[in-house]
Amino acid sequence: MTDGESADGVRLTGIAKSFGGTRVLAGLDLAVRAGEFLTLLGPSGCGKSTLLRIIAGLERQDCGTVSIAGRPVDHLPPAERDVAMVFQSYALYPHMTVAGNLATPLEMRRLTLLERLPLIKHLSPRRARVMRGIMAEVRAVAEALRIEALLDRKPAQLSGGQRQRVALGRAMVRHPAVFLMDEPLSNLDAALRVEVRHELADLHARLGTTFIYVTHDQVEAMTMSSRIALMDQGRILQLGTPDDLYDRPASLAVARFIGSPSLTVLETVADGVGGIRLGAVRLPFGHRFAAGTRLSLGIRPEAFALPLGPEADGPALAARLVRAENLGAEWHLHVRLDLPGEPPAIVRLTAAEHEAARASGLLEDPLTLVLRARGVHLFGPDGARVEPDPAHTAVVE
Amino acid sequence: MAVSSVPFASPAPQLAARERRLALAGAAFAAPAALLLVAILLAPLIVLVLLSVTDYRLGAVAVRFVGLANYAEMFSDPVFRRAIRNTFLYVAFVLPAGVFGGLALAALVHARKRTRSLYEVIYFLPVTSTLVAMATVWQFLLHPSLGPVTPLLAALGFGRLDLLNDPDLALATLALIGLWQLLGFNMVLFLAGLSAVPRDLYEAAALDGAAGAVDRFLRVTWPMLGPTTMFVTITTTISAFKVFDTVVVLTRGGPLGATDTLLYVLYLEGFHYFRTGYAAAMTVVLLAFLCLLSLLQARLIERRVHYA
Amino acid sequence: MRSRAFLASVLSHLVLLIGAVLMLAPFVWMLLTSIRPAEEVFGAVFDPIPSRFAGFENYAQALFASNVPRAMLNGAVVCLGILAVQLATALPAAYALARLRFPGRGVLFGLVLFGLTVPIQVPALPLYLALAKAGLLDTFFALMFPFFLTVFGLFLFRQFFRTYPEEILQAARLDGMGEFEIVWRLAVPAALPAIGAFSVFSIVAHWNDLYWPLIVVTSRERATPPLGILAFRDAETGGNYGALMAGAALITAPLVLAFLVARRGFVRGLTMTGLK
Ligand SMILES: Nc1ncnc2c1ncn2[C@@H]1O[C@H](COP(=O)(O)OP(=O)(O)OP(=O)(O)O)[C@@H](O)[C@H]1O
Ligand SMILES: [Mg+2]
Repeated sequence: MTDGESADGVRLTGIAKSFGGTRVLAGLDLAVRAGEFLTLLGPSGCGKSTLLRIIAGLERQDCGTVSIAGRPVDHLPPAERDVAMVFQSYALYPHMTVAGNLATPLEMRRLTLLERLPLIKHLSPRRARVMRGIMAEVRAVAEALRIEALLDRKPAQLSGGQRQRVALGRAMVRHPAVFLMDEPLSNLDAALRVEVRHELADLHARLGTTFIYVTHDQVEAMTMSSRIALMDQGRILQLGTPDDLYDRPASLAVARFIGSPSLTVLETVADGVGGIRLGAVRLPFGHRFAAGTRLSLGIRPEAFALPLGPEADGPALAARLVRAENLGAEWHLHVRLDLPGEPPAIVRLTAAEHEAARASGLLEDPLTLVLRARGVHLFGPDGARVEPDPAHTAVVE
Repeated sequence: MAVSSVPFASPAPQLAARERRLALAGAAFAAPAALLLVAILLAPLIVLVLLSVTDYRLGAVAVRFVGLANYAEMFSDPVFRRAIRNTFLYVAFVLPAGVFGGLALAALVHARKRTRSLYEVIYFLPVTSTLVAMATVWQFLLHPSLGPVTPLLAALGFGRLDLLNDPDLALATLALIGLWQLLGFNMVLFLAGLSAVPRDLYEAAALDGAAGAVDRFLRVTWPMLGPTTMFVTITTTISAFKVFDTVVVLTRGGPLGATDTLLYVLYLEGFHYFRTGYAAAMTVVLLAFLCLLSLLQARLIERRVHYA
Repeated sequence: MRSRAFLASVLSHLVLLIGAVLMLAPFVWMLLTSIRPAEEVFGAVFDPIPSRFAGFENYAQALFASNVPRAMLNGAVVCLGILAVQLATALPAAYALARLRFPGRGVLFGLVLFGLTVPIQVPALPLYLALAKAGLLDTFFALMFPFFLTVFGLFLFRQFFRTYPEEILQAARLDGMGEFEIVWRLAVPAALPAIGAFSVFSIVAHWNDLYWPLIVVTSRERATPPLGILAFRDAETGGNYGALMAGAALITAPLVLAFLVARRGFVRGLTMTGLK
């Protein structure tokens, strides 16, 4: 995120906001690149909506600056910031038809106040012409969203998915510089959510406009975003691509939030020569902590393997099987590791791996689990990720 | 309906017995209310319609069938016509002032944060008070020599007005008092309507460019208040239509019949002059009008369906 | 922008305050006059604040030398009598309308809906004739009888009972409860909020009613609060406006005080009605 790139998108500097005495946003910086799909991801109440509403101008920040397309917009009302928003509730005007809903943003911009007043509006000779133009654009957007058949209906006569599309259309007609979306899929059922997810990704690819998308659903975030800003308690924990967040979590908190099932965290201590000890096993990391420093080891479920074929000679841990869940394409094994305190862990196997393991009798208690290099992360006492030394990229004894 | 699928030996007679018992209980529960309904509503209505085609006077020995003569007389009776005219004038003032005044007050009060409930109490106070008692207070307030209103208006350059005894002003004065009692009621109804408008809609409107007060009102507030406005309009019409208490206390139809209203004339004919048949015909007309209003209301409330 | 918002807020406060003064003026005037000495009421100069506190004389006259206390007592008797019969008849009937099938249910409910549009002024003539014939004019019974039937209460309670979960009724029947027990032990307790709101509506309506008492009451002994204050004004004050205002204050006080104490419930009770 260099300055040159972010100048065209949305740039937030030092945004802070409190409600009453409670601090919701704590001096937050964020540069959104023009044309990217940036997701604000985080647990409920972490301030995602508040941040989005500050960008839209619906809420005023206590301090800090919002720039859109390189120009500060703090003094501008929402309508003049060149942003459009899709609300969680869709916020469609219930008394207007779909066409009326889609036309409203354009009417507000292209008609004078007199031309918008009831009765009086018909006096303007210009109005009919402008309205024809608006309706043509409305129809074009409706066609793009495949809702042209619904133009004469009112929101109450639409399904959830159709309403969602109308809300999207109302944002699209204006061709804004930035789309803001606050959990737009949360009112849809699971199947529809997957479908609309794809459509949104398509739409983003087609329009090439900046999207800022709020969700607390990590699957949505991982599948659609160019980049994700993971938030917690009014701060950004990490900003990066979905791969960054999953494969190189900046902190233990990020690693815990991303990924399902959640990763296993084991408390360990540094051995003073760049490694850690897990029971009888030593894992080298090339870190520089003094001996006895408390460290956390995070292991993704798929970083555990059974000693099959080429994986058989990695560092191994003994474990007791508690429960096995069949999810169809994969299995989740809930185990307790043979370490002090018998910490629980979750192991993810593909169906093929599971089948092979069963055939080889590897699922008999006690299990032997082998650690793969990818998906094992070490975190320092402050929770920050410890980059493995390039000399030790492979975890070997 | 699924009786046949119940897999027990003799379910049907048992169920039938139970249903009979429930039906019996239902009839027993409803009986007192049903009897009252007949005695207080149905029978009087039939008697009323029958009376309206007679020349019956309370205490008279002979009764004559007069057909629609009572109705015909009514529409040529200058007192009745004046009462109709006055009542409509009264409604014509109280209705718009009550509806739009209530809406404006609600909008102002709704925007207040800390003082909102204080204003709610103050404006609702006249609704809870006994109108007859407060009308005596108004009479005193408006008294040309004892009350404070006349000198106050004189100081403002209106001259010394005797509001209740001036044929040109008496009806308007009653209407203002009616408005005084009614505004708080309508305001509370509109406040409930305003609170039910989702905040999202105003925010969506702000993003769409409807930022000014006029656009916000026309695009969001007014349409979202549609059902409330219908309801307030009808209730205001009906209660204004039934103006009676203030007339009895303050003007007794005077001066010079300037405040003869429908119910007051009906009361006089029926219970002062005891022209029962004639009053019955008037009542039938009143009922017809009220039914019309109710039908209108039912129609308009159906439109609510189209909203979310 | 900020100064415009400030100006708007000041303006709206100004409008609301002026309105509030107009709303309150009669109450303030009533209370001030009720403690004003009689000679001052007729005085030439207007000083809103009484020169001396004459509240005792005025309220004493209203309380002991007028029919106002009697009228208030009558009002309480009439309101409570009406309410008791209304609840006793409307609650079971509404339950039956909502939850039981019996012959004539549809007709009864249709009549209830029709009855919602019929004010007391409509059946007043025939009811008056009947009461006159029965020699019952100027009695408590005459005052209360037309209101024993409450179509509004029937309608309100029926709507309420329809939302009561069917499963609980079924379970109660399986437990061996009769329908009568179901009404009094399950349905009525659940309907208490609606009953409260309806009671407010009913009491306010009948405490304040003028039309019907004006027709059937002729004696001082049966006067209701509005009749009490009218009689006081017309004959009994001896021109003492202070005492008259004290009487008006007394008659207005019960409902206004109840409103100030139970504000939410009062507003709910009065606004849910609309039509009557
Ligand atoms: N208008 C407000 N007044 C007071 N507190 C508020 C207001 N709006 C938000 N908050 C508080 O600010 C915090 C952050 O709210 P916000 O809506 O931004 O969370 P969020 O991340 O969007 O959560 P969710 O995923 O549940 O929507 C919450 O604790 C919330 O209670
Ligand atoms: Mg949110």
